[in-house]
Amino acid sequence: MPETVLEVHDARKRFGASEALRGASLELRRGEWLALLGPNGAGKTTLLRSITGRVRLDGGALSLLGEPLETAARGGAARQRLGVVPQDIALYGELNARENLALFGALHGVAGRRALRERVDWALAWTGLAERARERVKGFSGGMKRRLNIACGVLHQPEVILLDEPTVGVDPQSRARIWEMLEGLRERGASLLITTHQLDEAQQICDRIVIIDHGVAIASGTLDELIAATVGSERAVILTLEAAPEAPLELAGAALDGRVIQARHRDIARELPPLLERVQAAGLRVADVKVEAPSLQAVFLHLTGRELRE
Amino acid sequence: MTRILIVFRTGWALLRRDRVALAVTFLLPMLFFSIFVWMFSGGGGGGTSRIKLAVADEDAGVAGQRLIDELARDSSFRLIRADPDQPDAPLTREGARAMVEDGEVSVALVIPRGFSDGFGGFASGDDDTVALELYADTADPIAPQMTGGVLQGAAMRAAPDLMIERGMGQLERWAGPMTAKQRDVIDRWLPQVRADSRASADRADADADDARAARDGPGVGGLVRVTIIDVLGAEKDRSPVTAFYAAGTAVMFLLFSVTSAGGSLLEEQENGVLERLLGSRLTMAELLLGKWLFLSSLGALQIVVMFVWGALVFELELFTPGHLVGFAIMTVFTSLAAAGFGLVLAAACRTRAQLGGISTIVILGMSALGGSMFPRFLMPETMKTLGYLTFNAWALDGYQKVFWFDKRPLELWPQVAVLGALALTFMIGARLLARRWEAA
Repeated sequence: MPETVLEVHDARKRFGASEALRGASLELRRGEWLALLGPNGAGKTTLLRSITGRVRLDGGALSLLGEPLETAARGGAARQRLGVVPQDIALYGELNARENLALFGALHGVAGRRALRERVDWALAWTGLAERARERVKGFSGGMKRRLNIACGVLHQPEVILLDEPTVGVDPQSRARIWEMLEGLRERGASLLITTHQLDEAQQICDRIVIIDHGVAIASGTLDELIAATVGSERAVILTLEAAPEAPLELAGAALDGRVIQARHRDIARELPPLLERVQAAGLRVADVKVEAPSLQAVFLHLTGRELRE
Repeated sequence: MTRILIVFRTGWALLRRDRVALAVTFLLPMLFFSIFVWMFSGGGGGGTSRIKLAVADEDAGVAGQRLIDELARDSSFRLIRADPDQPDAPLTREGARAMVEDGEVSVALVIPRGFSDGFGGFASGDDDTVALELYADTADPIAPQMTGGVLQGAAMRAAPDLMIERGMGQLERWAGPMTAKQRDVIDRWLPQVRADSRASADRADADADDARAARDGPGVGGLVRVTIIDVLGAEKDRSPVTAFYAAGTAVMFLLFSVTSAGGSLLEEQENGVLERLLGSRLTMAELLLGKWLFLSSLGALQIVVMFVWGALVFELELFTPGHLVGFAIMTVFTSLAAAGFGLVLAAACRTRAQLGGISTIVILGMSALGGSMFPRFLMPETMKTLGYLTFNAWALDGYQKVFWFDKRPLELWPQVAVLGALALTFMIGARLLARRWEAA
């Protein structure tokens, strides 16, 4: 198993009467993409802020690259290897792209004018903003700002990167461009912890998923593991008939509702043909057949009882 | 119509919830109104402001002493008769002049030797009358003129009997001696004049307004000769107004600009940049110190531009070695304190809009009280004292010392000490208030 680069153990945090974290735990492994999912108010942001040092935990332990964060002085070795990309477009709109990159690069410890210039040039090329490097950021599109926002957080080549909703509020093309950029980071060996509301993307891109609710990590694992542990691996089968049957049908393990027959099958190849045969035997014609694999959305709904909405 | 009313009602509802806007709309005008009424009505007690008048009596005669007693009764003046360095010693001519030169008083009265002997000679030109001397700082155009005028009335009230005696002497000298009967009438009348004079003085004590009315009444001018000597302006080819308004305007706008620039802290907090900055290797202390440095340099540059403009266009004497050093010292400390003020105000506010409203109230209030809008030497004593609670007063005093009183840099220490202490206090306050932005 790859080395653990970030570990949160039994994190607890209370703000007045509100308990934001109630013993949340997770671990991020080297080179891994870990999606952190949860409904609004579940404690995701508090957890991320505790990792960045912006929230002091009441209890629990954090370690980054083997160094306990409680004892890591600001600017210590571990913190220098952490990159943070906030959900807000936290940039100086009156400065241009190059100036923003240089500013945040310097504050994150990229030392030396030449090294900084090289890193800035890399970031401009990486984000596709080299042509707009001298333009004020306030004139950029939402997608461009979002890309620059990410670049400012990773300019110092951190090994562990926290991304809070990196694709929120951008169009599909820009979103694809951002995931492409992040893929580049993965190729360089970076480990990413990402919060997102894009379940389909988390499902496709991330290696593992942690679902947090009410301040506790209620499930974690690969998509298959989560599905197996929650909704199971059965596929949903939906048959739509041309017309509703006039007489009751005998359909073992399936339910009829008007023109729609629903069933859940573990082995589609073996169980679907008999169902179709029974329908045809009853003199009915099938207009459409739909097979749905268990999704992260179903897992999320199963675990939290809520939809994850943007 | 309904939609118009909805907009109308919404406007009032929003204003009602915005306390700062309410304060700017209603409290600020009242504050200004009150300050200026107070200023021009003599500190709320009616009448004009009290003038600090240094008095050196070289004459030690009866008329001189009576004149001093009369001035002491006048509520317009606060007499200083002792040497500030030697409280037991009477003030000398040199001491009185030094007090004006140092800016401790705007005007000093010297009663020269022989004044009493010549009192009542009615300034006939070739007689033996001795003129009173007023050392004045013409930066304050009111105090010397007012003192000169008051002296005429005071002389009349102080010693009418002496004037009559002296007048009769002049009459006999030029028109021949009086008869015995005439002399007898005069001798019997003089005690009555002395009694009336004392009664008049008592009434003046009881009713300052009556005294002022008598003083300002017709026919009292020209009884004594008064020579006004411009102690500072005579040597200078410049107007005090230039230095005063350069400093006053520069300091007021300095406060506005640093407060506005200090508001970047709130903007950064609102758009998430502050979170990002503090998530880097930057500490809050470093952030505040960096902003302090920026705001101080911005403020210093603003003051330099203002004074260079004054020098180029209004002949303000900036480019002399003595002035340049003092100016540099005052500018550095004024900018440091102003920058600290901007940061503490920003750290105390929740939003940029709140900062805008509060800073307008505080800065305009301080500028009115502290002398940026109206010279402090023309204010009542109470207002002058209150002015020292403001940042502006200390800064303006320092610049006046440099450009008007030609003080050496070392003599700026009280202003530098206060501004330095203010800068430190503001920064400590800003640091403490900024803790709310640090790790929760």
